Amino acid sequence: MNTSLLILLICVITALAYVMGRTRAQRYRNSGNPADHPHSLPRYYGYMVALWAGLPALLVFCLWTMFQQKVLTGIVAASLPAEFHALPSGQQDLVINDIKNIAIGNMSQSAADSIRADAAARYKSLIELAVWLKAGLALLVGMVGLLWGLRSVFPAKRARVFVERAIMFFLIACSSLAILTTLGIVLSVLFESMRFFGKVPFTEFAFGLHWSPQTPIRADQVGSSGSFGAVPIFAGTLLISAIAMTVAIPFGLMSAIYLAEYASKSVRAWVKPLLEILAGIPTVVYGFFAALTIAPLLRGVGESIGLSVASESALAAGLVMGIMIIPFVSSLSDDVITAVPQAMRDGSLGLGATKSETIKKVVIPAALPGIVGGVLLAVSRAIGETMIVVMAAGLAANLTINPLEAVTTVTVQIVTLLTGDQAFDSPKTLAAFALGLMLFITTLILNIIALRTVRKYREAYE
Amino acid sequence: MNLEQDQAEQTIDEIVASLGDTVGETRVENPKMSATGVDVFYADKQAIYGVDLDIANNEVIAMIGPSGCGKSTLLRCLNRMNDTIPICRVTGELTLDGEDIYNKDTDPVLLRARVGMVFQKPNPFPKSIYENVAYGPRLHGLSRNKADLDDIVVTSLRKAGIYNEVKDRLDAPGTGLSGGQQQRLCIARTIACSPEVILMDEPCSALDPIATAKIEELIDELRENYAIAIVTHSMQQAARVSQRTAYFHLGKLVEVGDTDTIFTNPSHELTENYITGRFG
Ligand SMILES: Nc1ncnc2c1ncn2[C@@H]1O[C@H](COP(=O)(O)OP(=O)(O)OP(=O)(O)O)[C@@H](O)[C@H]1O
Ligand SMILES: [Mg+2]
Repeated sequence: MNTSLLILLICVITALAYVMGRTRAQRYRNSGNPADHPHSLPRYYGYMVALWAGLPALLVFCLWTMFQQKVLTGIVAASLPAEFHALPSGQQDLVINDIKNIAIGNMSQSAADSIRADAAARYKSLIELAVWLKAGLALLVGMVGLLWGLRSVFPAKRARVFVERAIMFFLIACSSLAILTTLGIVLSVLFESMRFFGKVPFTEFAFGLHWSPQTPIRADQVGSSGSFGAVPIFAGTLLISAIAMTVAIPFGLMSAIYLAEYASKSVRAWVKPLLEILAGIPTVVYGFFAALTIAPLLRGVGESIGLSVASESALAAGLVMGIMIIPFVSSLSDDVITAVPQAMRDGSLGLGATKSETIKKVVIPAALPGIVGGVLLAVSRAIGETMIVVMAAGLAANLTINPLEAVTTVTVQIVTLLTGDQAFDSPKTLAAFALGLMLFITTLILNIIALRTVRKYREAYE
Repeated sequence: MNLEQDQAEQTIDEIVASLGDTVGETRVENPKMSATGVDVFYADKQAIYGVDLDIANNEVIAMIGPSGCGKSTLLRCLNRMNDTIPICRVTGELTLDGEDIYNKDTDPVLLRARVGMVFQKPNPFPKSIYENVAYGPRLHGLSRNKADLDDIVVTSLRKAGIYNEVKDRLDAPGTGLSGGQQQRLCIARTIACSPEVILMDEPCSALDPIATAKIEELIDELRENYAIAIVTHSMQQAARVSQRTAYFHLGKLVEVGDTDTIFTNPSHELTENYITGRFG
């Protein structure tokens, strides 16, 4: 019996359960006896029985599917001769893989020795058995659930409350999935960072001024000692983000003001989506643009006025990144500016202020917390941006505040560290996790500040 | 659909025409502001029909009438706040001290400093009480120095009868005051620009009776120095604070006269119906 058929059958049982539960409740309802009048509408009894029938069956199905592989492998491995258990674990895995491949038919039987062939045959028959057992058990649980559910269809049963609660638990489960995932990411990053800080002291990482993560691969290798001072790359991140924000904040804010206060409805209907398209362009395209258009342009201009501009410069990456995040600033600011009550503007205009005075002195201050929130979100975006920097700012970890030089950022370093060819537990690879952790903490703090200010803003007008 | 609309509009126009000329004396000696044959349109829809009305110095004129009859619209014409509504078009003549305010040379910004406005809902800026009042004087450069400005702020708050309640917390946000205090703060804010005329659009509709009484008292005191026009839905309020009353109906000024006469002995049937509560 294959999986889709089984799922279909579970659905059928569930549907059946719904109909039966509903019909039974309807019968109570139709009986006309006031003592027998059910607490909830018949369809709620239907939902309740369906939940009883469908959920446990699905649960059995999922758990079985999750653990089947592990258990079967264990059984087959246990039956292998003693020589197998003497092998190192890496080779054991290879043998097991062989057996599985033979069983599925990916590897010809003749090529294998008799022990493997036997084990494969056993594995195959076990799988077949397991499939039937799974189907049988799931359907059985479904039927039992159905009967159990039907037993609880009686007038005093509060089926609606039951269903509401089931829905609540479902929603809780969904939201915990997101939370648990975040938690899992944080924990794994934290754990790996701990291992890194076991090899490289935290003080060196946090305050070291030199970043060159090349650790020796062989013990006798010279010349690459590896040093993990993260200051230059955090400085690079700050430099590029600062350049990006100097572009994005004024342009974003000005366009938001124009859109919210001056533009006519029809202009707004056109310009706003156009501006938001900027945010939809893939960052790799911005990367091209920065590396192939802006960077040479900057170098040309720089040379003509006697400045030396590196072919990959923080300025090029920052400028293009700034353009990319204009819509983040403008769109959010536009929303908060539009949300400032018209009464504020009327009050100011009524006192004889001009339109621009009103915007400058009343509208913007009133919207400021919201604008700050938008700007902070844009900053998080700038800090997390990778592609543009890889393509336009380079990989050199220079500690500089000169925007005309090449710099690198945290995210870029994480990518290069992890795409290297070193063992996974070398300090070089682990350093990526430490960087990730620092980055996570930075953006988290920014987001908390952003949320706080936004909340404060909400209080201002209620 | 279109035809139906046309018919509906025609009937409104017919009703308006049947209302006839304004009853009572629209003119006063030495008017501060005066409207002559004012029509107002929102896009194609006419909201005010040929209104003639004077606003006198040292006097409160109350504008009453059923909802949607154009009181706010006319009031907003008097300091050109209607300019902020793109579809709004005003024709006819409106003057302040005999000068046409819709003249091309008139700066609406200066006009609004001379003709201040208090709105229906208190709308203090989310700034400190001090800054709220100092806003206008700063804009118009009315003070030479900080002491001057302090003086203007304190005087305005005093005139608005709120100084004693807020003198210890001029730095607190204006939005933190009670509704009645906020409205008086807005009045102080308007006074601080040293206007000549004050327009009030239902200034007490969001307030409780005690706050309302305070504002009415205040309006009565302000009358000594300003020309005041107030829109209100409360007959009692109109009777209490105003010297003249204008009754509007469907965009037309139906009757205008001394408040006492209008409330005791109205000439037009519609006015009488409205005042006695049989209509609107
Ligand atoms: N911004 C606007 N756009 C279009 N029509 C408007 C606008 N403002 C007012 N009107 C219309 O003009 C007419 C007069 O409105 P106005 O606000 O002056 O009435 P009002 O007498 O102040 O009423 P209320 O007592 O309810 O405040 C109404 O028919 C209204 O629908
Ligand atoms: Mg109104």
